[in-house]
Amino acid sequence: MAGIGGADTTGKKVGWGLLNTVVVIYALIPVLWIVSLSFKSSKTLADGNFIPREWSLENYQNIFSTSEFTRALVNSIGIAIIATAIAVVFGTMAAYAIARLDFPGKNLLVGVSLLIAMFPQVSLVSPLFEIERSLGLFDTWPGLILPYITFALPLAIYTLSAFFREIPWELEKAAKMDGATPGQAFRRVIAPLAAPGVFTTAILVFIFCWNDFLFAISLTSTEQSRTVPVALSFFTGSSQFEDPAGSIAAAAVVITIPIILFVLFFQRRIVAGLTSGAVKG
Amino acid sequence: MSHATTEDTGTSDLTAAQPVAPKKKAALSEGKKAERRLGWLLCAPAALTMIAVTGWPILYSILLSMQRFDLKFPDRTEWIWFDNYVTVLSSPYWWDAVWVTVLLTVVTVAVELVLGMALALIMHRALVGRGIVRTTSLIPYGIVTVVAAFSWRFAWTPGTGYLSEALGSEPVLTEKIPALMVVGLAEIWKTTPFMALLLMAGLALVPDDLLKAAAMDGASAWQRFIKITVPIMKPAILVALLFRTLDAFRIFDNLFVLTAGSQGTSSVSMLTYNNLIKGLNLGIGSTMSVLIFLMVALIAFVFIKLFGTAAPGSDDGGKR
Repeated sequence: MAGIGGADTTGKKVGWGLLNTVVVIYALIPVLWIVSLSFKSSKTLADGNFIPREWSLENYQNIFSTSEFTRALVNSIGIAIIATAIAVVFGTMAAYAIARLDFPGKNLLVGVSLLIAMFPQVSLVSPLFEIERSLGLFDTWPGLILPYITFALPLAIYTLSAFFREIPWELEKAAKMDGATPGQAFRRVIAPLAAPGVFTTAILVFIFCWNDFLFAISLTSTEQSRTVPVALSFFTGSSQFEDPAGSIAAAAVVITIPIILFVLFFQRRIVAGLTSGAVKG
Repeated sequence: MSHATTEDTGTSDLTAAQPVAPKKKAALSEGKKAERRLGWLLCAPAALTMIAVTGWPILYSILLSMQRFDLKFPDRTEWIWFDNYVTVLSSPYWWDAVWVTVLLTVVTVAVELVLGMALALIMHRALVGRGIVRTTSLIPYGIVTVVAAFSWRFAWTPGTGYLSEALGSEPVLTEKIPALMVVGLAEIWKTTPFMALLLMAGLALVPDDLLKAAAMDGASAWQRFIKITVPIMKPAILVALLFRTLDAFRIFDNLFVLTAGSQGTSSVSMLTYNNLIKGLNLGIGSTMSVLIFLMVALIAFVFIKLFGTAAPGSDDGGKR
């Protein structure tokens, strides 16, 4: 019996190993392909080989020598960081209130955030385009930061309130017994405990802002505020005979690096954040 | 201060999970008031931003949709009530885009549900390498959609791409059906891991003891899955389906990069974008916006009917 059990486990392990390999290949192939393209020299760019025959850095040199890409990178980083910071601060405040306090209008706020999470973003593009043009926000950083905050807030509120419900609130009570006001209890006791949840939320929100394409392409028109995904879609070769694929691939790899780093270092947190926020509501 | 002292004498540790719960009546109302004020104060920035960026624009898009408003001819702007709706709803392009969107949504979400469930089971049950599987499957979730879309585009580009090299050099992106299949593939690749994560959260709710007991009683793996796992996971499955359906319905990035809506592959978002930003026709663009909004509301309504009490919004937050 024990022998059979042992063989069974080895067999199972091999089976799992195979399944895991399938998943890993599935997830990585498109990424490896774009990395490979980005390292191909212009001569071998169009050879259709999965692995470069000739490795070269010329695509990277090309993109970093144009302001079209570097400026877009600055825009992407700046806009995503500012939007993330604001959304996480607002989201933390609201989620604390939702998880801990009793006040009229709470369910309404939860409902409204849920509505916004499901909202077809393209429906906002037409009015925002016109409103931002008349307010002078069109093609500016705030013009993108505002919709990003708005669409990140539901995500932030759900994820954070799920985290906040797991916090040992007895500590807050103890602080209050010692004479702390609810505000002090929030700042001194709960905020440090909540930091991991807040951090996780910040990663998810950053990924969301980093990823956006629809708002970025609709509400910008120049290098001044164009983000990388949009700049990518406008890349043309430096001459009409040059295939922009190499530059696009190199730029694509550059903006994938932060995502890969997040995933490698914070896998557990991201999984926890996505599952708790979306399912426990 | 007053309710803090009441707490001191009044409540025991048993009520620790409750919000401030003083016993004396006067203190209660004062404490309640302070709590309300703090609640509103804390929610105000989030609520005001969300309302400012969505509330007024939604109303404004309804107003815009009832005007002839073409930025190429701004002086011909006038109020035309529902003429734009007649124009859009009688346009074959619009219905084509609706069908493309519905088709892509239904097919990709169905495939994702099956693949996502498989991936969720792998991530949940894997005996070895669970960390590796979870880490790598987060990459499609996290990667910028446009980047992934370019990867697929180049893969299928005749001459350049490994897939077109391997599968014959027919240009797949220049014909409607093959192009839509590539778009669907890109969409499925990107979002299956997200579906899997949501489903995995549901899997975690299934008690192992129950599955073991069923196995003892001779239930096969498939029977255990259908009779025990799926019913317990039902709320998680519905949440995942709702999120993915609404998300798939907004499909834009992949289409933009892969086909730019040519050969009749426009989705409703793509068509709206083309009318609005390329065509600068705010009236028609807004009309489409309103129609998309109504369709999404309808889908959400149907799902929430299916959810019943399992809907995420109906959980009233603080009370556990």
